[in-house]
Amino acid sequence: MVATSSSTAAASRAAKLMKRRSRVRFYEIIVWIAAIAAFFVLPSKMLILTEIAILALFAVSLDLVLGFAGIVSLGHTAFFGLGAYIAGLVALHYVAEPVVGLLVAGIGAGLLGFVTSFLILRGSDLTRLMTTLGIGLMMAEMANQMAWLTGGADGLSGFSLGPILGLFEFDLFGKTGYVYCLVVLFVGTMLMRRLAFSPFGLSLKAIKANPMRAGMIAIPARKRIVTVYTIAAVFAGMAGALLAQTTSFVSPDVLAFHRSADVLLVLTIGGTGYLYGGIFGAVLFTLVKDWLSIVTPQYWMFYIGLILVVLVLVGRDRLARWVEYLPERLSKSKEEGR
Amino acid sequence: MSDIVLETRNLKRSFGAFLATNDVSLKVERGARHALIGPNGAGKTTLINLLTGVLPPSEGQVFLEGEDITSLASFRRVNRGLTRTFQINQLFNDFTPLETVALAIAEREGIGHNLWTSIAGYGSIVEEAAALLARFGLASVMGERSVILPYGKQRLLEIALAFASRPRVLLLDEPAAGVPEDERHEVLAIVSDLPSDVTVLLIEHDMDLVFSFANRISVLVAGALFTEGTVAEISADPRVKAVYLGENA
Repeated sequence: MVATSSSTAAASRAAKLMKRRSRVRFYEIIVWIAAIAAFFVLPSKMLILTEIAILALFAVSLDLVLGFAGIVSLGHTAFFGLGAYIAGLVALHYVAEPVVGLLVAGIGAGLLGFVTSFLILRGSDLTRLMTTLGIGLMMAEMANQMAWLTGGADGLSGFSLGPILGLFEFDLFGKTGYVYCLVVLFVGTMLMRRLAFSPFGLSLKAIKANPMRAGMIAIPARKRIVTVYTIAAVFAGMAGALLAQTTSFVSPDVLAFHRSADVLLVLTIGGTGYLYGGIFGAVLFTLVKDWLSIVTPQYWMFYIGLILVVLVLVGRDRLARWVEYLPERLSKSKEEGR
Repeated sequence: MSDIVLETRNLKRSFGAFLATNDVSLKVERGARHALIGPNGAGKTTLINLLTGVLPPSEGQVFLEGEDITSLASFRRVNRGLTRTFQINQLFNDFTPLETVALAIAEREGIGHNLWTSIAGYGSIVEEAAALLARFGLASVMGERSVILPYGKQRLLEIALAFASRPRVLLLDEPAAGVPEDERHEVLAIVSDLPSDVTVLLIEHDMDLVFSFANRISVLVAGALFTEGTVAEISADPRVKAVYLGENA
């Protein structure tokens, strides 16, 4: 009898703990309220807000690969850039409606992600860094050489986008553009959030934490990595598509190495492994970059570098989850109080 | 009684010039409580690594239920009912015991690829995980991060995790090492309680545990099978004593 009641107690406590894992945290609500409030409070800042939303989606997609599966990448912009070009080409030759271009870009980038995922299954972090870097460089050079398709060094221009879903025209001030990007970011983050708390998401973290043990509880690591890498590529491609669509231009810069480095920096600032790090990081990175480029137009890169060094030295592993600290303490003290 | 579940044929593994596993042909019968003993450095853990696919053999084959599994990845062997514990805990540091065990159960049930439903949505898995943790005395710490648990608790989680996969062949690499004295027999009692068709291969240094638990013993010396027999035969074998005394001297 005692054993039965104690195991029932354990079961109900386990159910509670599991539910609490995936509950909506306080900071999540703040993020989305702030993003909506920005639309009304900062009407003149639509362009930078749009830039933040796009970078955030790009960074959140990298977090799936880096923060969950533990795969380092210096070539994530290959998917971003491919998505941007696909969206541009779709608008130029086929459909002006942006959501179609967005979806096609996601599928195209996902295909590239699927194919290249097999190259990162083996090897150490260094091998993966070099492989992803190499793929990124190849993509950049291909875009440069295939001028007949991509416009080469001049970039892809001369396309304009129709109203979103045939309803919402892009306006001069970028208001529609911001709302569009924000909605895509929101939906994308929510989808990835579901993934994060699913058995799949947990198995990715297991692969990252201890690949040998992961194998010994029957996790097919390679299959999982292929899947998550493909999904991350889809969202990165969509982020690229958003950039192409909101600026009506695709510069060869979308495939530049610095973008891959930037997005890693964004995740380092925001923290990895909980998705919102990509959003926090994108906000901070963009604002600091913007501010520095006004204050010291010639030397802002120096200060970005300095901030990076300080951040990594001071933060170390605490960095990975600084936002988790507050809510976890809150929830724990609540339970102990009872 | 010639129902062989796990078998190796001429298994060899070398690390450079060092032969860690030397031509081992081992047969483990279904339902056996088979112990693998031998002095330090005899290659016991290497043999377990070869059996579970953590290491590939240099030569030879491994058979599970008569099927050649030599080239299968670890996770496929686990799917076929072969799993293990590690001599040195191999846990997911940031996971809670609850998450750890629930994940193993989810993978066993084939829902690990589900990327839509939260684990909390699988009531039966959470329930089973809680029951398993309670059985191993881990219910009170199920929500803590594994890495901050006392070593004894981590050890119990290590073993509970192997149980979560519901193995038909379970390889235990010194399960009692580091478990507090009073919990030691509890651990072995849980292992002994396994259904009689579950086969257990145990590596252990504590001879009292081995003699009370096993019904068959293989002795490994310098990577090779030295001798094999029943508990009575091995405990009476003067050569085995010499091997161990030689080590202690």
